[in-house]
This record gives sequence, C-alpha cells and structure tokens, in this order.
Amino acid sequence: MRLILEKRAERSWKMALASPLIAIALTLIFGGIVFALRGVEPLHGLYVFFIEPLTDEWAREKLIVKATPLVLIGAGLALCYTANIWNIGAEGQFVIGALAAGAVPVLFSGWQTPDVMLVMLILGAIGGALWALIPAALRVRYKANEILTSLMLVYVARLLFDWLVRGVMRDPLGMNFPKTVRFVGWQRLPTWGDIHLGALIALIAALGLAFMMARMLKGFELRTLGAAPRAGRFAGFSADKAVYFCFAVSGALAGLAGACDVMGVSKQLQTPYEPNYGFVAIIVAFLGRLNPVGVILAALLLALTFIGGEAAQVSLGIPDKIAKVFQGILLFFILACDTLILYRIRFESKK
Amino acid sequence: MKKLMLSAAVVAMALGAASASANAADKFKACWIYLGAIGDFGWTYQHNEGVKQVQAELGDKVETVFVENVAEADSATAIERLARDGCKIIFTTSFGYMEPTLEVAAKYPDVKFEHATGYKTADNVTTYNAKFHQGRYVQGQIAAKMSKTGVAGYIGSFPIPEVVAGINAFMLGAQSVNPDFKVKIVWANTWFDPGKEGDAAKVLFSQGADIIVQHTDSAAPITVAEEQKKLGFGQASDQIKFGPHAQMTATMDNWGPYYVRRVKAAMDGTWKSQQSWDGMAEGTVKMAPITNVPDDVKAMAEKTIADITSGALDPFGGKVTKQDGTVVDKVDDGMILGMNWYVKGIDDKLPQ
Amino acid sequence: MEQFLAIFATIVTASTPLLIAALGELVVERSGVLNLGVEGMMVMGAVAGFGVAFATGNPYLGVVASIIAGMLMSLLFGLLTLTLLSNQVATGLAITLLGLGLSALIGESLVGQPIARIPNFHGIDILIVASFALAGLTSWVLFKTRLGLVIRAVGDNHHSAHAMGFKVIAVRYLCVAFGGACAGLAGGYLSLAYTPQWVENMTAGRGWIALALVVFATWLPGRVIIGAYLFGAISILAYTVQTFAWGIPSQWLSSLPYLVTVAALVVISGNRQLMRANTPTCLGQSFVPDR
Repeated sequence: MRLILEKRAERSWKMALASPLIAIALTLIFGGIVFALRGVEPLHGLYVFFIEPLTDEWAREKLIVKATPLVLIGAGLALCYTANIWNIGAEGQFVIGALAAGAVPVLFSGWQTPDVMLVMLILGAIGGALWALIPAALRVRYKANEILTSLMLVYVARLLFDWLVRGVMRDPLGMNFPKTVRFVGWQRLPTWGDIHLGALIALIAALGLAFMMARMLKGFELRTLGAAPRAGRFAGFSADKAVYFCFAVSGALAGLAGACDVMGVSKQLQTPYEPNYGFVAIIVAFLGRLNPVGVILAALLLALTFIGGEAAQVSLGIPDKIAKVFQGILLFFILACDTLILYRIRFESKK
Repeated sequence: MKKLMLSAAVVAMALGAASASANAADKFKACWIYLGAIGDFGWTYQHNEGVKQVQAELGDKVETVFVENVAEADSATAIERLARDGCKIIFTTSFGYMEPTLEVAAKYPDVKFEHATGYKTADNVTTYNAKFHQGRYVQGQIAAKMSKTGVAGYIGSFPIPEVVAGINAFMLGAQSVNPDFKVKIVWANTWFDPGKEGDAAKVLFSQGADIIVQHTDSAAPITVAEEQKKLGFGQASDQIKFGPHAQMTATMDNWGPYYVRRVKAAMDGTWKSQQSWDGMAEGTVKMAPITNVPDDVKAMAEKTIADITSGALDPFGGKVTKQDGTVVDKVDDGMILGMNWYVKGIDDKLPQ
Repeated sequence: MEQFLAIFATIVTASTPLLIAALGELVVERSGVLNLGVEGMMVMGAVAGFGVAFATGNPYLGVVASIIAGMLMSLLFGLLTLTLLSNQVATGLAITLLGLGLSALIGESLVGQPIARIPNFHGIDILIVASFALAGLTSWVLFKTRLGLVIRAVGDNHHSAHAMGFKVIAVRYLCVAFGGACAGLAGGYLSLAYTPQWVENMTAGRGWIALALVVFATWLPGRVIIGAYLFGAISILAYTVQTFAWGIPSQWLSSLPYLVTVAALVVISGNRQLMRANTPTCLGQSFVPDR
C-alpha cells in the first residue's frame, strides 16, 4: 500500500471549510490525551479550557480584548501570505506601533482633546508600516530574504523599546522604574466594559481587507502573484510593488494593534513588552484560511486558548505551557489537513 | 476511524462526569501572580517557597492558588480572574503589576491586594518589599576579603533602583574592607536567561574579576564560577548545588513569614493597608551558610549579619559619597527605593 | 594574552551551536528544502538532551537523545512537506512554535536541576572538535561524492533529477533528517555544555540566526564557519565592551548581532553572481512527480 496524492482540478471548497474543523477536532483529541497524561480528566479539562470561558460574560469580554490584536495583525498577515510574501516580524511592528503611539502622551501629557486619540492611532500605524518597510525595501533592493530580516528586526524593536522606555521616555515621577507616564482621558481608547474601540477598528479592517481581496483588482493581483508569479508578471503586475504594499499594510495593521493595546489595555508603556501577538497571529492567518473574515473566527479561537489556559491554571493547576502546545499543534494539524484542499488522497497497493 | 473517536469521546465523557467533584468552598483562598516559572530557582521560586510555607502552617484552612508566567503589561486579566474566582487576598509579585493591581483593586474593594516592590497603595492595596541590599553589603565585605585581583564582576539585570541600591551596598561593604576595591558591571538586560548570564560571567572573569556577583535569577553565573575555579554568590535562593566550591554565601528571599503573617491577618480581619519593607531583622532577608572561605572571613561576615539583624549596622547608615563627589548625610528609605546614582569608587556610568 | 585566550574560548563556545545547526540546515537547503523549524528542533534537542543526561547522569547519552529528538521533529516536518506537500515556510514555523511549547511542557520539572556537563579541556570540548569535523564532512560529501552530487541535483532541478532516476523524496527525507539531527545536537550543546541547565526558550533565537548564516555562507560549508564565528564574536564582544564602561547603551550592544545579521544578508544577497552560483534553484518548492 502506498499513499498517492492526486491534484484536484479545482480547489475543494467543501474541504477548505472542513479542514480547519478537522484540525480543531484533532487538536482537541490531542489536548484530551495531554490532559489525561497529566492526570486531569480529559473532558473536564477540555471543558474548563475551551467551553467554560464562553459561559461567562466577563470571560467573553476578555476574549474579545485578546482577539482584537490577533484580528488586526492576522488579517494583514493573511494578505501577505496570500501573495507569497513572508512577513514574520509582525511582533516587531506591533512593538514599534505601541512605541510611536506612546510617544504622544510622553511628550504632550496635557494634550486632552479627542484628536489626540486619532493622532496616536495614526502614529501607531505609521510606525508599524515604516518598520515593516525596512525588510520590504531590503528584499526589493537587495533580494535579502524577508523572513529572516523581518524576524531579526523583532529583536531590534524590542531592544529599542526597552532602551527608550528605560531612558528618555521614562516617567520622571516613577521612582526610576522602567515605565512611562499613565495615559489619561483621550489618550485612552473608549471602552464598553473591558472591550475597547480597537475591537471595532479590527472588525472594520478585517472586513475592508476581505472586500479588497474578493472584489478589487488589487486582491486579484496579489492572489495571482502568490499562486503564479510568472502569470502575474505577464499580466503586468509588479512583484516589487506588491512586496511594498503587503508589508506596508500588514505593518500598519500590526502597528495599529500595538497602539490599541497600549491605549486600551495597559494604558502606559512598560518594559519588557513581549506580548507575542505578532507570532500567534501567524497561526491565526493560516487557521483563518488566509481570509480576513476567517481570521476573525480564528483569532477568537486562539484568544480562547489564552483565556482557557489561564482558567486551567487556576482551577486545574495545569501549567501555562499547555496553551502554547495547543497553539503549535493546531497550526500543525491545519497544515496537514490543508493537503485535503488541494489534493485527493488515495491508497494504492504496490504494483 | 470516526467511530473510534466517537466512542473514545463517550468513554471520556463518562469518566469526566464521574469525577467532577465539588470544591471545598469554605476554605480561605489566597492567590499569587508570578512573573516567571516556579522552577526558576530565583525570584519566583522563592515566592513559591513562601506559599508552600503558608500552606504548611495554615493547613486545611487555606487554599493557595497561583498563576505563573504572567506578562506584566497584560496582567490585569489574570489578576481579575483570581479576584472573581473567590481569592480573598492576592499577592502580585513583580513591579510591573503595580497599575494593573490598583486597577483591579478598585473594582474589587472586598479583596485584599499585596503588591511586591511597588510604591503605590490604596485602601485594599499594600506594598511589600525586602531590604536585599543588606545582604549585598555582607557580600561586598566577603568579596573584598577574598578577591586576589581586587576586582569583582557584577551582572545586573536592569538599572532599576533595587539593583542600583544593591550595587551601592555591595561597594560600601567592599570599601569597608578595601577602600580601593573595584567592580566591573555588565547589564544582561534580562532577569532570567542562563545563556546570556553565563556569557556575561565568562566575559567578566576574562576581564580580571575573580568574584562574580549577580542580580539576575539563574544559576548560570555560579556554575561558570565553579567551572573556572573562581568564587561567587548565589542569588535569591541557595544555589550551593550549582557551585559547591564556588558559592561563598547567597542572599535568600524568605517570604514565608511575611506571607503567613499577612494571610492570617486577612483571615482574622486585622489586615490593614501598609507599606512593608522588611529585612534581616524580620527574617525576610536571610543569608545562606557561609562556605568556601577561611574562618576569619566567616567570622567577620557572621558578625556583620548579626549587627545588621540587631540594627547596630545599617549599610546606608553613615555619610555616603556619591560618584560625583556630593555627600549625602543621611540616605533615607525613599532615596534607596528610588536610587539612581552610584557611590564613589564605581568607575562605570549608570545607564540613564 | 591570557585575557585574550579566555575571551576566545568564550567565543568558541558561543559559536559552536550556531555552526552545527547551520551546517545541518545547509544540507537541507542544498536538497531544495527550506526548513524554518531550526529553532523548534534545536529547543527540543536541548530539552531531550538535558532530560536524558539528568535521568542517566551521562551527558553523552544526552547528546544521543538530543540528536534523536531533533531528528524526530524534522521527520514530522518531512512528513508534512514532503509527503503531504504542505507549504514549507508555514510548516517550518509550525515546527518552531510546536517545539517551543512542547519543550517547555516536557522540561517543566527539569528547570533548575543540575547535571554533569560534557567535560572540557581549557574550555574546548569534544563537540567543538566535532563541529569542525562536521564542516569538513559536509563539504566533502556535498562536493566530492556521488551522494553530494545527487543532493545538489535534487536541489537544483528536481524534475530532471527525477527523470534521471533519483528518488527525489527519499533524498530529501535523508537531508531533512540530517538537518534535524544537527539542530538537535546544537540544542544539546546549549543545555549540556554551554550552560548546563534547562530553561524554557533557551535557544533564544539562535535557530533563526543559523538560518541566516546559511544564506550568509552562500550555501558553502567553509563559509558557515566564518559566519558562525563572526556572529559568536560579536555577541561576546557586546559584553566585553560593557566592561570598558564607555557608556554605550547595553541595548545597542545587544542588538548588534541582529543588525549585523541583517547587514550581512543584504550584502551577500545583493551580490547576484555569488547567489546565482550557489542558491539551490528549487529551494522551498514542493516536488510533485509528473505522471
């Protein structure tokens, strides 16, 4: 017997929907086994991890707060990956966005009109976009691999953040501790309960990108360049411009996510600041089928692993590492299941 | 295959239902938020040792819960979860939890909060810290006695007041033995990264230091000292098993007595908001047994410890000369808690 | 002089894991496969090696375990990318994310435990010697043997290699497994010799740097040695400069290795001739045999 993969004539839409569900199911089974190995009843463990948070208003709000940056970053990354452009450094763009937004309250702590909020959000987006354009330019100008350069810049961004927040941006009345002044009034995002305005921004951004990918020429261009670069070139699409475009958009969204995070959640900059949303969003992009709407659902699921992971720690005494394992294994199963979209699997006995 | 999965799920469900047990709700719930993992053998480990002491001494009456690896910027969710989960007292054990703790505390006025190493309090928020610099003073004296090159290597984590005060106390201790003693400082920019800390230790030894002091949490520096047949001090916990021939002593954070006291106070209703800053006298700062030194050095160190414990000696007690030459007549607690200058004799420049 | 030697010994230990991991990845890429999971395989090697050394008291058994762990992770990668034809970039990322999470979980009880480290003589241990032997070996196999010819043929044009009767997938599995073994060994070096401890995320991005080194070396083993030692030297120098008390912010010095990596990538990648001569043409492409 051997396994034969036959290329499907067309992408299987049924499988495109089924494959993430199969992947989630496999992850749950895997999770049950891990729980069992640790002496927790598998179903009880899975219930605490994945269901219980949904039954509680407070946890649902927290879920949306956690999902917000993941949607913003994940939607941008989905765009990149569709075009076969590999921005792995969203985490760095996120941190720079937070830094750029945070510079406003540090410099003008008294600025208290509604426009300060807008300025901070825009600065965050610009900061993230500029940081993302570095690897884009290096790829276009020097053919430097954007996977590696964008990733290296994550470490640089973190150190830059650390240096500034410990140094010139430090709160002068903060007993020398590494943090900025608290953001107040209009320097924060308006909230409904715990949910902040960023959630709405993320929703609009994801839907906007979905529209662009599905209905606009730009979307067609990026999909063509991703799937068949030669055909794209014949059609007159510029691969270089696509690199700049994708990095700028995904960087701006990551930067916006960073701005929203510090304006809506932590309300100040403090170091170390390594929330890892930029890396988790990679899983979100794939789980969401590289589709901005799918990304919204995927982000909620990944947010659930964070919230559930915390719940499991408190009520089951399960270490927080479990959440990371779930995230990793989930991406793994998705990729394996994705084969089902493009190929038909057949078993054939050896001739 | 699908059938197999299904039946497995059914079996699992039956098992799960059978074992769902009611939680004893009448216990007093005390909870902790940790920055690192309980196995770091440093800061978080020592807090968890304190928690174990609470559980051991108060036994059935309390239930202790912790959440580890909580990122500071995003800690409000974890703190609030504990508050909602019935925790009556919550200890948040890192400086960066200050604002989130205050934020959650304002929402849950009936829950008591205790924030380590911060400076902002509220009606239901206490701050607590320990005078770790007392231990540094003892280390400085030992280092000055034991060093042949007259140079110690100091691995700092981040230039926050607590670490700077530690460096200063170390130097004051060293200068009380050898006024010309020198220290070389490397900032590792991490609390816990054995690779970086080990590299820093190796570099410092290669630069002429023969004693290593660290204000980072892993046992890597003392391991390097052991291997290179140099000397050093353990950090936060007794790290003698990593450096049986290298560790001369270690400053140990001993939170147990404080935690027991505060949990008891919360249980019997005598808990009040305060700013607590304990040291050797209260048993919160303890020194590991003094080893790998001659008897006279050991005797000197033990006398210093006794003097600090009794209050006869205060590392920052006398006149202190700053690096820039200005003299401070009395270094008060506030100055130590916000320390951002080096004492005279340190050649390095404090990162600003 | 003594001071110089001490610093040099530190540089050697810092460079060795990079060298070993990069050599493995070089062979993988020569066969046309891009495995971005080096970090994940490395960290699994670190935890497995440490765990076995802790349980048995024998660091050499730990070395064996780290090699096996890295290899198992790489075979998982092979299964997905070579058999199930998944995207190599995404799968490599999955290996990294999974490795980091799984190793943290497995290693939970190992944190803070002491082990017997791999013995060394004035800072030089057996794996340092082995790393140079490995560089010589990969260079010899790749450019002087038939196996190397086949590997390069598969990497440069898998369709014609297939037409010539070479088993493309089998060759790639072999190379991927070798790369995994090297990454695992590099991780084992970290936890068994470099800092004989286990800590979550202890690879700290070294796997990614190893990947960059392969490009830096334009897929030539000899140049990997230069790249690895250059990188090791810069990261150690960052600490040495701090002890001079020049007042340079430590964050600037800490970011130097990453910035140098980016700069090196730019310089090397910008050189068309160098790249065209050595880049495996099929790098990152899945192979589906025509029927």
